[in-house]
Amino acid sequence: MQPKPLNVLCLVSIGAHPTSGRARRAEQDARAVELGLRLAGEQVQVLHAGNAEEEALRAYLGMGLSELSVLQQPDGADALPVLFDYLKDSGAQLVLTGSQAETGEGSGMLPYLLAEQLGWPLVVGLAEVEKVENGVAQVLQALPRGQRRRLQVRLPFLASVDNAAPVARQSAFGPARRGTLWTDEVHVLDDDLLSNASFQPARPRPKRLKVIKAKTGAERMKAATAKAAGGGGQVLKDVSAQEGAEAIFKLLLEEGVIR
Amino acid sequence: MLNTLLPILLFAALLLAVIGAGKRFFMWRRGRAAQVDWLGGLLAMPKRYMVDLHHVVARDKYIANTHVATAGGFVLAAVLAIVVHGFGMHNRILGVALLGACALMFVGALFVAKRRLKPPSRLSKGPWMRLPKSLLMFSASFFIATLPVAGILPADFGGWILALVLAIGVAWGVSELFFGMTWGGPMKHAFAGALHLAWHRRAERFGGGRSTGLKALDLSNPNAPLGVEKPTDFTWNQLLGFDACVQCGKCEAACPAFAAGQPLNPKKLIQDMVVGLAGGTDAKFAGSPYPGKPVGEHSGGPHQPIVNGLVDADTLWSCTTCRACVEECPMMIEHVDAIVDMRRHLTLEKGATPNKGAEVLDNLIATDNPGGFNPGGRLNWAADLNLTLLSDKKNCDVLFWVGDGAFDMRNQRTLRAFVNVLKAANVDFAVLGLEERDSGDVARRLGDEATFQSLAKRNIATLGKYSFKRIVSCDPHSFHVLKNEYGALGGNYEVLHHSTFIAELIAAGKLNLGQHKGGSVTYHDPCYLGRYNGEYEAPRDVLRALGIEVKEMQRSGFRSRCCGGGGGAPITDIPGKQRIPDMRMVDIKETGAELVAVGCPQCTAMLEGVVEPRPQIKDIAELVADVLLEAPAAVAVKRVVEEVQ
Ligand code: SF4
Ligand code: SF4
Repeated sequence: MQPKPLNVLCLVSIGAHPTSGRARRAEQDARAVELGLRLAGEQVQVLHAGNAEEEALRAYLGMGLSELSVLQQPDGADALPVLFDYLKDSGAQLVLTGSQAETGEGSGMLPYLLAEQLGWPLVVGLAEVEKVENGVAQVLQALPRGQRRRLQVRLPFLASVDNAAPVARQSAFGPARRGTLWTDEVHVLDDDLLSNASFQPARPRPKRLKVIKAKTGAERMKAATAKAAGGGGQVLKDVSAQEGAEAIFKLLLEEGVIR
Repeated sequence: MLNTLLPILLFAALLLAVIGAGKRFFMWRRGRAAQVDWLGGLLAMPKRYMVDLHHVVARDKYIANTHVATAGGFVLAAVLAIVVHGFGMHNRILGVALLGACALMFVGALFVAKRRLKPPSRLSKGPWMRLPKSLLMFSASFFIATLPVAGILPADFGGWILALVLAIGVAWGVSELFFGMTWGGPMKHAFAGALHLAWHRRAERFGGGRSTGLKALDLSNPNAPLGVEKPTDFTWNQLLGFDACVQCGKCEAACPAFAAGQPLNPKKLIQDMVVGLAGGTDAKFAGSPYPGKPVGEHSGGPHQPIVNGLVDADTLWSCTTCRACVEECPMMIEHVDAIVDMRRHLTLEKGATPNKGAEVLDNLIATDNPGGFNPGGRLNWAADLNLTLLSDKKNCDVLFWVGDGAFDMRNQRTLRAFVNVLKAANVDFAVLGLEERDSGDVARRLGDEATFQSLAKRNIATLGKYSFKRIVSCDPHSFHVLKNEYGALGGNYEVLHHSTFIAELIAAGKLNLGQHKGGSVTYHDPCYLGRYNGEYEAPRDVLRALGIEVKEMQRSGFRSRCCGGGGGAPITDIPGKQRIPDMRMVDIKETGAELVAVGCPQCTAMLEGVVEPRPQIKDIAELVADVLLEAPAAVAVKRVVEEVQ
């Protein structure tokens, strides 16, 4: 017997193309939908909080979805409360989302805040769901440099995906045109934080200078792929929580992270 | 005895032929509706056959003469045989005429048989090996049976034994040639071919015309199918066209993808469509298979999806849309239309454009160029050239359509060279700059009609804001699309390839040119300039004006071999045994030329991708710009005078 498919829900946003800035399906959110489609097939639910008129939403439908639900909101409204309201009674067992939006605030905080409010576990950088048994999922979490960590998570949980998740399938015109966008009117909440904040262009984060002294191609390859070796640091094992916290606190002070 | 047997045989065969014709006709009509001129087409058919079709067949003198004798003899013999033997009009003159027709057919059939002694690999075997025997049998039997009518032999000559032999011969002959025609035998090509000529989907091609632009999909109707999924999604006259194939394999011999060992053979593809039309498997196909795919493992039916049943997707994606097959096909079958129709379904409905396809299409949607470059950088190549923007000037003589080559460093050299030429000739020209978008060529050929139409409509809207006399482009793909494919969406322009324009400038004495000094030169005809638009001479004229005597390749002009860069083939990148540009480079090297002149950014990129040592590759614009001389004073003064006036 086929096991009952997982009840998967994906949260999607409107993205922006990196060179043209034109609206599109967001890269990571599309990967979340891809993962959702692989897990639940066409049963996957997809949810967007924002403007249902936005044509770019159809690019998600083009991946083979028959419908997409929109919690209708004006630009700049806070998506968090409406998503929370929707999710808490949705029966979803797994909620997938990109790690960070390409437009708007793009703080990457949404998965954390949502998981906190729902009281669900959050898996960051989900790469694959291996199996689900007795209400517990065995998943692979992506770590830097292609490493994977196997985790057991109880359902329901929330997971964010990044570029380690499988590439989103092509969006096709036919299903994109046919799919339905369902609109739910929801109570609009202004995002105080956003409306009081002012935007300024991001400055690229300065890169740590890497002096490569390699002479041969093989050495250069090694240098390029080597882990950033800090040199310092220590491994604490079998220490009490108090001692651990103190050590971390001390390090943060030394590095000037807190003053 | 023959006098009773022959009419029975003849009319029985004719009756079966009519029944078969009806069946076949309804098979075609399972396809979608198409606008055809029913009566006009039928009336025009004999001329189309004798002029247009023969024009293609006549490239091969042997088979042209053979076909005239055999087919002409047969048609005449068949009509006379029905009159003489069917209706029993034993008139001596008719008898002699019938003898002549049979003799003519017999001679033709001998040459057909000779060709079949050692048939080239492009020809299909199987039932086609039987055909010359049937032709001989038909003509010989009727010849002998007619001898008494013509008064050459006594009426009862040979007795019942000969009568029996003749009856068997006639029965064989009429089975193949009368009802075999409509029941799927090799002679089907005559029946379907004639009607295909009458109701061809590109009637403009007849009488020396040219019709190469892809047909637009109706995107406004949400119920219209997006491309072709099952055989019945083709228009009915496309299905009819497939049925007209004579399996001569001329298309196979010309196809660059087939030669490169990619899994495509245009002849097999057309035969697979016939299998789909009637239902069944491809096991009976008696020609060369798709390279790497054994025959007999695929099957389909009129209402079953074609891809991954009858034909594999990689077959469709191997095509470079070079149109060599269409150019060679004596039955004037439209392979490229069929391939793009099926690609449309894969892209628009299935989202299954292979390899880099999806990425390129996404880029086109988001940035209006296939590379995903920042659209704001479209004019960076000309930062120091002081080009006039049409948005500033509003009108000009020549709109220089730059194309996506603007983002490619190699092509920028060509573009800059062409600008030098334009400036040297004092042409009143301007560019669209950031207002220009990809022409939609690649999107359309990858099957993404929606993105094509979106790009095209926005380009047409932009062009509509300004006034200019002509558009000139260095890119044959943009040139073709602007010239032949924007019309259906409301954009009609006079568009020129830069080689045509330079040839005009030279003819008008607007350019002061030196002589080329870079060694011997050959010229590679771009498919989208040559076969698609019939421009073979202008580039050669330009080269001649530079003092170059072109060392022609064996495959040049309308037989030019594709560079492998068209139809999105480098994007879908279906593996084969060798690469198409490598094969083209072998053609080039055979001429011994040190340099190959090209007229297309795609060709440049593909040929320059071939490993050295190899001849250098230069665009015609570069060759011209290299030998530009300062305008002599007299000309300059004259121009000033003109301007004053
Ligand atoms: S498609 Fe045309 S060229 Fe190819 S085999 Fe058939 S008739 Fe010949
Ligand atoms: S268009 Fe060119 S590549 Fe495509 S099938 Fe015809 S000959 Fe082959």
